[in-house]
Order: sequence, then structure tokens, then C-alpha cells
Amino acid sequence: MAKRIDVSGLNAYYGSHKAIEDISMTVEPRSVTAFIGPSGCGKSTFLRTLNRMHEVTPGGRVEGKVMLDGDDLYGSGVDPVNVRRTIGMVFQRPNPFPTMSIFDNVAAGLKLNGSYKKSELNDVVEKSLKGANLWNEVKDRLNKPGSGLSGGQQQRLCIARAIAVEPQVLLMDEPCSALDPISTLAIEDLIGELKERFTIVIVTHNMQQAARVSDRTAFFNLSAVGQPGKLIEIDETERIFSNPSVQATEDYISGRFG
Amino acid sequence: MDIPTDTPPKPSPVPDGKPTPTEQKRASRGATRPGDRIFLGLSRGSGIVLLGIMAAVAAFLAYRSSVALADDSGNFLTTFEWDPAGITTGGKPYFGIAVLVFGTIVSSIIALVIAVPIAVGIALFISHYAPRQLAAPIAYVIDLLAAVPSIVYGLWGAIVVAPNLTGLYSWLDDYFGWTGIFEYQGGAPRSLMTVGILLAIMILPIITNVSREVFLQVPKFNEEAALALGATRWEVIRMSVLPFGRSGIISASMLGLGRALGETIAVATVLSPSFIIQASVLDYGGGTFAQNIASKFSEADEYGRDALIASGLVLFVITLLVNGAARMIIARRKEYSGANA
Amino acid sequence: MSITTVKPTGTPGGKPSPSDLKAARLPRWSPYVIAVGSLAVGCGIGLAADLDSRMQWGLIAAILFVGVSYFLSATVEGGRQAKDRLATSVVWVMFLLAVVPLASLIYETVKRGSKVLDGYFLTHSMGVVADDEAGGGIYHALIGTLEQVGLACLIAVPIGLLTAIYLVEYGRGKLAKTVTFFVDVMTGIPSIVAGLFVLSFWILMLGFGPSGWAGAMALSILMMPVVVRSTEEMLKLVPNELREASLALGVPKWRTILKVVLPTAIGGITTGVMLAVARIAGETAPVLLLVWGTPVINSDPFKDAQASLPLYIYQQYQSGNQVGYDRAWAAALALIVFIMILNIVARGIARWKAPKTGR
Repeated sequence: MAKRIDVSGLNAYYGSHKAIEDISMTVEPRSVTAFIGPSGCGKSTFLRTLNRMHEVTPGGRVEGKVMLDGDDLYGSGVDPVNVRRTIGMVFQRPNPFPTMSIFDNVAAGLKLNGSYKKSELNDVVEKSLKGANLWNEVKDRLNKPGSGLSGGQQQRLCIARAIAVEPQVLLMDEPCSALDPISTLAIEDLIGELKERFTIVIVTHNMQQAARVSDRTAFFNLSAVGQPGKLIEIDETERIFSNPSVQATEDYISGRFG
Repeated sequence: MDIPTDTPPKPSPVPDGKPTPTEQKRASRGATRPGDRIFLGLSRGSGIVLLGIMAAVAAFLAYRSSVALADDSGNFLTTFEWDPAGITTGGKPYFGIAVLVFGTIVSSIIALVIAVPIAVGIALFISHYAPRQLAAPIAYVIDLLAAVPSIVYGLWGAIVVAPNLTGLYSWLDDYFGWTGIFEYQGGAPRSLMTVGILLAIMILPIITNVSREVFLQVPKFNEEAALALGATRWEVIRMSVLPFGRSGIISASMLGLGRALGETIAVATVLSPSFIIQASVLDYGGGTFAQNIASKFSEADEYGRDALIASGLVLFVITLLVNGAARMIIARRKEYSGANA
Repeated sequence: MSITTVKPTGTPGGKPSPSDLKAARLPRWSPYVIAVGSLAVGCGIGLAADLDSRMQWGLIAAILFVGVSYFLSATVEGGRQAKDRLATSVVWVMFLLAVVPLASLIYETVKRGSKVLDGYFLTHSMGVVADDEAGGGIYHALIGTLEQVGLACLIAVPIGLLTAIYLVEYGRGKLAKTVTFFVDVMTGIPSIVAGLFVLSFWILMLGFGPSGWAGAMALSILMMPVVVRSTEEMLKLVPNELREASLALGVPKWRTILKVVLPTAIGGITTGVMLAVARIAGETAPVLLLVWGTPVINSDPFKDAQASLPLYIYQQYQSGNQVGYDRAWAAALALIVFIMILNIVARGIARWKAPKTGR
């Protein structure tokens, strides 16, 4: 089930350093939104503010509003644990739990809640692995450790783990940057399928990838090193790549800097 | 992973151990200059001296023990007496380590049972719970605990702690006396339990430090995986930190066990020894290898010393095995995590 | 929300529905209040039931704190949060459990030790003082400890340093692996066993009497592995570029080690040696077997029994009377101060001379 995210006036800090400044945007449900921009422009930081992972970093602090269909994620009384269950995340490096089997990795999120039936668990694991296009490759070795898979398979395992808890939104932080081209293609196909069911936000360094997978693209930039990153513009992907309204975006996309 | 590297691989500025650029290897192999040869000889010689000392320790202890055991009229492993002078047997040496084995194991187990959970708790506290400004001072306090000499622990245990334990012990006796283990007659609380408590405090730092180190090595992305699934802090620890750190905790405990087994003067100061084996750990009596050596030494003649050396050899072998096993676990862990990183 | 929902296939595992983002939470100050409350109730129970040991009071308070936090959280916040709270409160209690003994030990030592610790105590021996008579001091013991530790350093530091150099700069064969393993194992040798070894070799076999030197040999065995370990760590921190730069200039390897590697790591090595000294200065067991102790001043470590500070504490305690206890505490205070100074200075040097790791 997909939801809309409305961000307004968001600042994020590392200690006293302001990493991103005054970001406002809307992320449409059931679509893929890509964040692009040069290194250090704060797009990953911004992504991590969307499920309250930023505050896990020592010194991490956030100001502003992130509304998930009308509920403020940073409102008083909101439990970050529940936020993270509602908004799943896939990381740059595949990070399956090294001590758990493939099955347990996918089931990990469900087991946290404690209330599940064995048969139900089997169904969910199978469905999630199928959803991540991994089922056929691993169905015979569900009890083997997840760290034995290839990099691309591990990343799809992490996606299966994230979608097993049926989140509203799926955040992906450069999910393909550690993968070879074939695995990358598999993940991109998967993203195309997943957007039928989830709101997807993806950070990427690869502009072709943003053009291939996303419906909307947001361009982030920073005026100088040490300055906070800002949102320059967000628009339909096609428009951003053909006829952006800001000069800096065009410069970046055409490779004139960054 | 196949991350494309855009910088050429640097000759590693490694803090990880064996820097082996080839030219260096060649230089060390063909140490042709006299200076190099002498220096290599000296340093390798030192390593060999070190091994020689270990071998000598084993050899001398074994030799003196064989002298003692040849004349022992009791069974060395099962005798409940320590009478190398043969006072009760008309001149025939009669001694064995049964009581010492029992006392050493019991007091060390008590120490581990108390210390391991506390140490793991503190290690988690430092690595995951304490506010960041507090973590370093706390680690320092734990190091101070390690720097206090064991004789001071002994003095403090005997004069300050032990008198305070009578209340606790009669309390234990009231509720758990029926088990036999916690029976308490009400004498001076200079018992194996008191020794165990004191040993627990003494081995706390080493277990804490080794576990903390392991917990801090848990890769961040591993913990984030659990967090992103909506895990609470405790669930993160249960899912990512503890499974990763299990072997580290085990070897840390074994290092602590090694310390507890061999601790001498604190035990000798606190324990009221006697050569009996009893179920109750709260009543005074019993003894440990190291304590027995320290207590019996001053009154022992030459043969009596050999008898003590024989018991020391057993202690040496036990601690060797425990420490060796702990080190092997740590070494294997390093390989495992290195291959996985 | 804009989209008319095609309800997604089954939501297993009781996923939180949107409004569940909020969770009932205990207020931020609740742990403190529970802690203070538990402490008060613990003391109350202790007073009421007339429990004479403060330890019981503390244990009751600790159990109350853990239990109350858990049940409050379980009713207000639910099971998972309650488990999290349980873990947090247990971890805090564990930490306090470790701090209490240290605080008590230091407090008692300072309180009881400062009674007789003064200039006189530091500069007089026990030569003319009977065991149950007040007066006397630790001068002879200080001399003994300093000489024994000094001699132990003379043996252990060169061997330890050179072994570490061998392991880091040369060793990569079977011998190096063996040495590494046995250095680790040697760290775990009980001090009494080191004492027994020197006893069997020096006194029983070669027929020498007790002396400071015999004690120093045993202490050096305990010191060696510590020196090797810490030196090794420091040498490994020296960036390889430094060695290569020197070798590339045509400097022979041994001079590279002496002139480039060691000076870079010297701060850390000194720290390691001082920490090792701090460790052996408090050792009693081997000294008991090999040095024996004496009430008079003997400044010759190679002849006859000597005194030593830890041994002095043990023997004063064994005398079993109040003046003996007072002297034992005073000597313990002196020993702790000595060791703490070593520790603090060592750490100071470590911080001051920390090698730049090149990152």
C-alpha cells in the first residue's frame, strides 16, 4: 500500500554542521522518485531523514516536517521504530544478517513483532522472495546463510527483507553502486515491478539509471564545499533530462560539472 | 564486491599486521650486511629466548613434580589431605589435590557466573547505551579497576567486604538453604562464595574490554539493516550485535577464567582455608591451587615445596589449556571476520 | 490520500496501520523517577526489615528498578518496548554494579590508609618495631620494590622489544607464529607459577637463597609478554610508507628500524612499558616465594631476603592486629598512588606522542 510524502522546510545537521537546508517536496505514491546530484550534496542524508535513520548517526538532528499522508513523522509521540517499519530501506552495500539463513533474513522483520504463524511465515517469505525475483535462485537453499549469495542476489535478498513487512514506502540508497551491470539490470527491472505496490525513492549517482527507472527526478546541489545541500528542482524525469528549468541542472546532466 | 576502483591500489598503510611489500621481503631474506645480520639475529634470538623460558617453566615444574610424586603415599588426584611432611602418617608424605581442584573450579565458576553478565552489560553500555561523552571516561574507570593490585583487592575483600556479607548469606540461607549449596552456618563469611565475588570484580575488566572491542567491530551497516526494519535498540543488539560477538564473549570469558584460576594473594587473604570438600559455598573452608601454595609455602621444607610445585604444575597446565583455547577462538574469529569484510 | 485503494494482498505480521506511527511512550523523565523511587523504597525496606548490610539495600533497589520499569513500560508501551526498557535498565544496573566496588575500594583505602601515611611512614623501616606496636614504615619495602621492578625491567624490556621487532619487522614463518601464540599464552601464566619456576630453578636446583634478584626474574617473566604485545601494536601503527621511504634511500634495514621505526613509535612503547611496570609492581605471589620479606633495610637485591610493598601489605595484614591493619592500609594507599601515577603518566605520554597513523 503506497503513500504520499510531503516534506516542508527540512534542515538536517551533523552536530553543528548543516548538511541540507530548507528542503520541500512531494513524493507521489506508486511512482519512482530519483534523487540525483554531485557527491556531498546531501541526497543520502535527505533520504535517511525520511525514515528517521538520520538521527541514528551520532550528532544527527533534523528540523522541519515530513508528512506521510498527513501524519508528521517528527511529530511528538511518534515512535521512530514504527516509522521505520512503515518506511523500509535498502542500503548501498547489501547487508544481509551474516549469522542468519536466507529464510531468517527475510523473516527477520516479521519475527520482531512476535505474532506470526509458521505457515503464514512460509507464505510471506516465498511471496517476498518472488517479489524480489530471487525465489527461483534460492528456493532450494533457504537454510543456507545469506552471505553465501552473490552481491546482486544479496541486494535482492535485502529488498525481499524490506518488502516482507509490507511497508508503505521503500527508500533505496544507491542500491546498485556495489553491483555489476547484469545485477544492476535485475534490480532495475525489479524496481519497475515494485512501483506497482510501493512508493519508491531511489538515490543514484548514475544518471542513465535515474532516466531509466524513475517517473520523477529531484536534483540536489550545494553551492560550495562545506555549505549545506539544497533541492534545486524536482519534476517529471523526462522534463528534467530534456528541458530542465534551472541552468545548474542542465549543466550537471550534460556533464559540464560534478 | 566489484566496486570499480578509480585510484590505483595503495601500498596499504596497514595497521593490520603483516605489511609485506616484496622489496621488504627480499631485504629481510638476504640480510647481507653485518649490521642487518646481527640485528636479525638479536631479535630472532629474543623470540627464541621467550620460547625457551616457556619450555623451561614446563620442564622444571615437571621435574620437581616427579620428585615429589615419587614419594607420595596417597593418590595425588584423589587424596583429601595435604601432609607432605607425613605428620599424621608417621613420616610418609600423604597429599593430593582433590580439594584444590574442587575449590578452584567452584570459586572460578562463581566468579564467571557473576562477572560475565555484568561485563557484557558494561561492554554494551559503553558501545551502545552510554551517552557519547560518557563512554570514554567509563572505559577509563574500568581500566582503573584492572590497575588495582590484587593484594589491595584482598585487603579490601577481607576487611571491608566479608563482614558485610553475613546478612546477605543468612538471607540466602533463609530462602535457598534447602538446596544445600546455600546453606550457611553463620561463621566468618570467608568462603568460596566470597572468593568468587572478589574474583568476579577482578576479572571484570578483562572480560569487559575484550567484549567491548568485539561489539565495536560490528559493522555499522549490519546494525542499520536491523534498524531500518523497525527494530528497537535491544532488538538491534539481539539480531546484529550479540550473534556477531558471541565467540568474542566466549573467549573473553575464558581469558577471565584463566585469571580467576590463577589468582593467588587475594584468595589467600580472603579465604579461611581447610582441606575439606563441602556442598555449601557460603561456609568457610576449602582451598584453591594458588592459595594453597601461598599459604603452605612458609611452613614447607624442601620436599614440601616440591609437593607445592606439583600442584602448581597442574594449575599451569589448566591455565595453559584455557588460555590457549581462548586465543584460538579469537584467532579463528579474526580470520572469519576478515574474510567476510 | 489520493489513490482509491486496491487492497494489497494480506497484511501479515500485524503491520502498524498509519495512525500507529504514534506510540504511547513513558515520559522522558520516567527512568530517573523510577530510579529514585526504587532507591527510596529499597532503603525503606532495608531499614524496616533491619537488614544490616547495605548490599542488600542496593540489591533490593536494583531489582525494584528493573521490575518497575518493565511493568510500567509493558502496560503503557507494549511488549517490545518493554523488552527494550528491560535491557536498558539491566545494562544501567550492571554498570552501577561495577562502579560501586571501585568507589568503595578507593574510598576505604584513602580513608583508612591516610591514618598513618605520612613522611615518617615513608622514610622508616620496621627494623625496631614489633608487630603489634604502632609506628614503623615502608622505607625498606619501597627500596625493595623499586629495585626488584628495576631489575625486572632490565631483563624484560630488551627481550620484549627485540621480540616485538622480530614479529613485526622480520617474522612471517612458523617461528613467528609459534612465538606469537606463546606470547599470548604467556600473558595468562598465573604469577604464582612464574614464582614456582624460579623457585625450582634458582633456589631448589642452583641452591641460592631468597633475594630481590630471584623475585625480579619471576617478575620479568610476567612482564615480557605485556611488553611484546604493546610494542607490537605500536610498531604496526607505524605507516609502511615511512619504512619504504627510508629503504628507498638505501638505508639498511636495521638502521631503518632503529632510526625511523622505533623513534616514531617510542611514545606508545614507553606507555606499554610503564603499564607493564604498573602491573608487576603490585604482584605479591612470586615475591612471597622468592624474596621472603624482612623488616630491616636491605638495599642489596642480590643478597638475602628483601622487603617489597605488596608483600609488606600481606604480612602486615597477616599479623592480625589493628596497628598491622593500619599499616597495611597505608601501604596499600601508597602502592595505589604509585601505580595510578604510573598509569596516568603512561597515558599522558601515549596521548602526547601518539604516532600519526597517516590517515
